[in-house]
Amino acid sequence: MKTTAYDLRRRATSRAVEIFCAASVVLALVPLGLILFFVVRQGLPALRPAFFTQMPKPVGEPGGGMANAMVGTLILLGLAAALAVPVGIVSGVFLSEYKGSRIGSAVRFAADVLNGVPSIVIGIFAYTVAVLPFQRFTALAGGLALGVMMLPLIVRTTEELLRLVPESFREGALALGATRSRAVWTVILPAALPGILTGVLVALARVAGETAPLLFTSLNNRFWSTRLDQPIASLTVQVYTYANSPYDDWHRQAWAGATVLIASVLTFSLLARFVTRRLERMHRGTV
Amino acid sequence: MSKHDDKLFRLVTAIVAASVLLVVVGIAATLIQGSWLSLRQFGFSFWRTRTWDPVAGQFGALPFIWGTLYSSLLALLLSTPVALGIAVFLAELSPRLLRQPLIFLTELLAAIPSIVYGLWGIFVLVPVVRSLEAATPEWLRRVPLFSGPPLGVGMLAAALILAVMITPFSAAVAREILRAVPTSQREAAYALGATRWEAIRLALYYGRTGIIGAVMLGLGRALGETIAVTMVIGNNPQVSASLFAPQYTMAAVIANEFTEAADDLYLHALVEIGLVLFLITIVVNALSRLLLWRVADKPVAVAPSAAAPVAAAA
Amino acid sequence: MSRDVETPADPGIRIRTEVRASEAPRAAASTAITLQGVNFSYGPNQVLHDVSLDVDEKRVTAFIGPSGCGKSTLLRCLNRMNDLIESARLAGSVRVKGQDIYAPGTDVIAVRRRIGMVFQKSNPFPKSIFDNVVYGLRISGVHDRPTLEAAVEKSLTLAALWDEVKDRLHQSALSLSGGQQQRLCIARAIAVEPEILLMDEPCSALDPIATLKIEELIYSLKERYTIVIVTHNLQQAARVSDKTAFFWLGRLVEYGPTVDLFTNPKEKLTEDYITGRFG
Repeated sequence: MKTTAYDLRRRATSRAVEIFCAASVVLALVPLGLILFFVVRQGLPALRPAFFTQMPKPVGEPGGGMANAMVGTLILLGLAAALAVPVGIVSGVFLSEYKGSRIGSAVRFAADVLNGVPSIVIGIFAYTVAVLPFQRFTALAGGLALGVMMLPLIVRTTEELLRLVPESFREGALALGATRSRAVWTVILPAALPGILTGVLVALARVAGETAPLLFTSLNNRFWSTRLDQPIASLTVQVYTYANSPYDDWHRQAWAGATVLIASVLTFSLLARFVTRRLERMHRGTV
Repeated sequence: MSKHDDKLFRLVTAIVAASVLLVVVGIAATLIQGSWLSLRQFGFSFWRTRTWDPVAGQFGALPFIWGTLYSSLLALLLSTPVALGIAVFLAELSPRLLRQPLIFLTELLAAIPSIVYGLWGIFVLVPVVRSLEAATPEWLRRVPLFSGPPLGVGMLAAALILAVMITPFSAAVAREILRAVPTSQREAAYALGATRWEAIRLALYYGRTGIIGAVMLGLGRALGETIAVTMVIGNNPQVSASLFAPQYTMAAVIANEFTEAADDLYLHALVEIGLVLFLITIVVNALSRLLLWRVADKPVAVAPSAAAPVAAAA
Repeated sequence: MSRDVETPADPGIRIRTEVRASEAPRAAASTAITLQGVNFSYGPNQVLHDVSLDVDEKRVTAFIGPSGCGKSTLLRCLNRMNDLIESARLAGSVRVKGQDIYAPGTDVIAVRRRIGMVFQKSNPFPKSIFDNVVYGLRISGVHDRPTLEAAVEKSLTLAALWDEVKDRLHQSALSLSGGQQQRLCIARAIAVEPEILLMDEPCSALDPIATLKIEELIYSLKERYTIVIVTHNLQQAARVSDKTAFFWLGRLVEYGPTVDLFTNPKEKLTEDYITGRFG
């Protein structure tokens, strides 16, 4: 059997598809490169020490910074973690310990649904639960919104990681007469803890970039505030406000804010990747 | 005694876990309760009325529903071939040394905050789109798809941004699906004299259910995306087929008008839009989950982000 | 796992083995495949060392040996399936009817069409029985319906599956039993009319009855095809093959007529293996 013209055409088609696939990857990397390029080009010059230490200046006065917004974002993330981490981890423990239970499947499904709920809708939820009753926008409401967004990520990560803990760990603990809860708290959870913490970092990095759910929960604040029962500034909302303004100086500030956001996300991602690699190696070592 | 302990342990963890369920139910309940006035006043006409006039107290969601569906479907159209191309390249073609770095880079795209996409959209993408629109020849402008003045902001810019944003999600899930296709399938094809593409096509066919699920997952993302779209779509409530026309989406109108809603009916109408959005995304996401669950016994990565393989890889 | 817990061959095998291969006297065979000095490695691991042998045309040749001895790898060298592995390297020559299939510029697709393969685990496509059988024809450009239908009937008949499935050709191949699926895969492989059929432990996942059917099939197929079969099962090799090659740690230890190899092995290693002293 010889190579026919038809075979040549098939091979050309195959080649064409392979090239298309490689081109797709390049095509996806183009916007990534462009975004990083512009953020750095526009943002870096505006990124002076003052940006980290000073408060926003009123329109017309150049300079100023986003110190309050950065602190605000950290406070919001702290609140979100305080809410989502304990609930998420315990739920994850339940899901992995009682795999087959009917509540388990329902919770798993709910976590997936929650993960898909648009962030703006979660904003409405947090508004209704935490703003409306007190007639006031608060940091707490913003933290609640971000916490709800983190929750499904932590639940699922915890569950997946706990499942990877070798059965022998549990058997070892149970053989020594430990109760199930003791086995979980003292043996199984600690074994998976580094991975879970990485998962928490990843979830934090993800919600740190959220704007929509904060627009009508924590709102924004031009002044220095660390009070939880008051509106609070955040990096994302501040960038959003500045970007939509007509002032060039504010646009520069917005780019600087974006640079800080991107840099944090990159750091988190690289860190998490590094930790993941380490964990992978450890797992390969022990299992 | 230890039996008693275990029961208590199960009970306590179950109650905490049930709170996840409770949040979802709570979201649905607040949306219904918060849109009650609007639900009662407009009924089903809310879905098909084009007028959005807060001053006159006239609220119809059609332009927003249209804008959301149109922008998302356009984005899907643009992103699906590219996302599948990426998935195929990373699962089947990439040299081993390049695979991990490329996965990391493509997933980094998913980690960029949507506000940064929006910022880049306004100041970089929109001017480019505007000059593209201005350069559109006159005869082409007569086609409804390209009618209207070259504003830059509008459906085209929104669809482009959305396409970039959802691509890494679909690509990551489709890649996982492809990797789950048994090697024996490809081997069978190769042994019969298949070309690489023919073997890959077979693998895509084998994983077709999951691939559709991956695409729908991207759709779910696009439907709910708020900030980036709000910044580039032009925020004009109209039902138009034109790619150049400024339009509006459900998420965008909530983001823009929620704090301004002065009277109860206005606020309730906005919450009802939230309810509609919630229902649409739930249906899309649930469908995608079911498709993905049918393929893999274990759920595929919930969300890719630059570091998501934490769970998958460990 | 199950392939590692193979039962040691019955020491009495030499006496009890019924060697059907020589029942009908046939004309002396010509050579279908010639291997010369084949060395093969995955990255730094050399898997095959200097293997040379001739495979007779229209005969069944069995490759036997313990797990990891390289017999499956060698089989995959014969239709260049190892090309799919990035780090694989082959030195030496593999000639099929005189043509070096590793020569530069060789059309791998044409090679694989000439040399069909059946795998350890049946791997039907999730398509209808009909679409499975005609897959190879369709990708090589045959779309004429009567031709395809004729090919399906012929291949399924040869694979001894036609009577069982002729009324449900358009049902999913996955609705078939394990043994039927494997026969379907054989039908799929022979539908493109290859000259050579490679079988990589085709029965290892099947029950004894299904195994017996496949063995009958192999026996009947050698009228038309040159067959190379890798097997773990010594009785199977003895039952179906004309010639047997025994491999040990990547080297060809002994190769000769099956009858001789099982009844009168020349090498101590071969004897130890077929009498079940190791494995």
